[in-house]
Amino acid sequence: MKMTLPKITFWRAIFVVVLLFGAYATYLRFFHGLGASTNLSDNFPWGLWIGFDMLCGVMLAAGGFTLMAAVHVLNLKKYAPIGRPAVLTAFLGYLLVIGALLYDLGKPYNIWHPMIMWQPRSVMFEVGWCVMLYTTVLALEFAPIILERFHLEKPIRILHAISVPLIILGVVLSTLHQSSLGSLYLIVPGKLYPLWYTPMLPVLFFLSAIASGMGMTIFESTMSARHFDHALEAPLIRGLGRGMLVTLLIYGVVRFHDLISSGRIKYAFVQNYESTMFWVEVSLSIFIPVVLLLLPRVRENPISLYITSILMICGFVMNRMNVAMTGMERSAGVRYVPRWSEVVITLCIVGVGITIFTLATKYLPIFTHASAPQRVPERTVAATAQPVPELAR
Amino acid sequence: MSKGILYDATLCIGCLECERACAKENHLPYTETLEKQKRTNEYKFTYVAAHENEKYMRRMCMHCEDPACASVCPVGALEKTKLGPVVYDASKCMGCRYCMIGCPFGIPKYEWSKAIPTVKKCILCHERVEAGKQTACAEACPTGATLFGERSALLAEGRKRLQENPTNYVNHIYGEKEVGGTSVMMLSSVPFEQFDLKPFQPQPLPELTGRVLAKIPQIVSLSATMLGGIYWITNRREAVERVEKTRERSQKDEK
Ligand code: SF4
Ligand code: SF4
Repeated sequence: MKMTLPKITFWRAIFVVVLLFGAYATYLRFFHGLGASTNLSDNFPWGLWIGFDMLCGVMLAAGGFTLMAAVHVLNLKKYAPIGRPAVLTAFLGYLLVIGALLYDLGKPYNIWHPMIMWQPRSVMFEVGWCVMLYTTVLALEFAPIILERFHLEKPIRILHAISVPLIILGVVLSTLHQSSLGSLYLIVPGKLYPLWYTPMLPVLFFLSAIASGMGMTIFESTMSARHFDHALEAPLIRGLGRGMLVTLLIYGVVRFHDLISSGRIKYAFVQNYESTMFWVEVSLSIFIPVVLLLLPRVRENPISLYITSILMICGFVMNRMNVAMTGMERSAGVRYVPRWSEVVITLCIVGVGITIFTLATKYLPIFTHASAPQRVPERTVAATAQPVPELAR
Repeated sequence: MSKGILYDATLCIGCLECERACAKENHLPYTETLEKQKRTNEYKFTYVAAHENEKYMRRMCMHCEDPACASVCPVGALEKTKLGPVVYDASKCMGCRYCMIGCPFGIPKYEWSKAIPTVKKCILCHERVEAGKQTACAEACPTGATLFGERSALLAEGRKRLQENPTNYVNHIYGEKEVGGTSVMMLSSVPFEQFDLKPFQPQPLPELTGRVLAKIPQIVSLSATMLGGIYWITNRREAVERVEKTRERSQKDEK
């Protein structure tokens, strides 16, 4: 414990500095507009806040629905102990995405407009609704953790009773908007570079979200096992690693089949900025992790799995940034580099996320192993209470 | 019913009267610097691009028949009216700038320097058009290069000009079919691509996203049913096992 203290203070100091800059950037953004606080322009209207904060934020929060589906729908109950941190990450992630959106929208006070001004032809409209509904679902999935902390039994029981439909709703909503983030770019066949534009964008976004969700869960579990001094769930991490491998293989096949069958693969062999970014991206997100995960030595070792996950997550983060930024530059005729204030706001958002996550794991029953296994049979009983007596008769 | 503009580049003399009239009509400043800018921006909704040998091309919002900008807008702030103009309601807009991403012609522009910005683009003088008048630019044009009228009549006029003077023109009416047709159409003697008017498919862009959005009800009902089914199977197996175990135990107890 003593060893880690100075390290924490160091990071805290950095975080405070970032927050101070963030406050100034916030002032610039809201009092002097997007022009003063970003490098966006008429030629390049979407930048880091959309590319990273929104597209990556939602992708990295995908662990929530992936694990909820595994634990409660596929009945892989052994993953229940890491379900809570995944739901916490997802809930936090979505709140932060909404926060980031308030910076990016020109008129943030109109963010609620899609609720009453319907425009179902717009992918953005659909994403907006899904994110809104799913954040509510996540709040309800997360609520028992807080209620437990204060020993409020009654509402917990109510939430448990509706937990299964709620989880299914969450998975459906996630499927929709994770893929729709890709559909956002279907309307720009002439603008997005051919290495990234494909009618398969929604499918690819969905698959990569699942892989990243699992990767994030491995990442978090390992990190928090170190920080909070609890045993690492090694068998669970291994299971996630196998899940990641399968998802990555499917993703790789879909991605390259599409590139080859459409002939767009030829752009990968033209020597330019885009093809370099493409190869770095697919190496990080597909080739390196797949090769590593195929090696039993890596697959069975939690630490090398942890490193593989980080590589893969970087690869998929790069994928989103390539779609949102790299791939749009050529047609726009500009090179976009985020301004300091864009970067600082993004760092603030990440920092706030990590801080709240750390605090939550400290004060709420997130990693308490006593409570997690307890909760599982409780839910199973609640859900199967009906059939059991019937069968017994 | 639907109105439009036919711009004939061979008649254009590059006098910029349309730019001036547009600025006046929309209460935009028209300074020397702005006059030199050959692009649309928050202060300039139309411009006349010059090519060598005194060839010109006027650019403005095309007022697409099925506009990408309106289809992507999550709140319906942009809308294609029956009369032709694609109009904008700033009070609905939430400033996501998806319209700027979606427009294939790069037309909507943003007020980057304002704390509370809005989208800026040509709205085909929709108030004048509703009142039965022609657009300010068409009224100001001294040579008739910018012609306002019924889209169908303009199209017929364009075809006639191509037929009567085939050597004068590139044999194409830009905007007749591009992205599903546009209310603003052009004739030119210089290939359109040289003015960055790209060759678009006749398929309206919103169909690309529409195809996917149309699948949503299917995805929802299918995935919900599947998940429910999987849940039922996986959890029932467990319930059965548990019951059997209790049975075994009670049988043992009996023995
Ligand atoms: S040209 Fe662009 S802004 Fe104008 S109607 Fe078409 S899509 Fe909308
Ligand atoms: S910026 Fe405004 S007008 Fe454009 S798509 Fe977004 S909400 Fe609609």
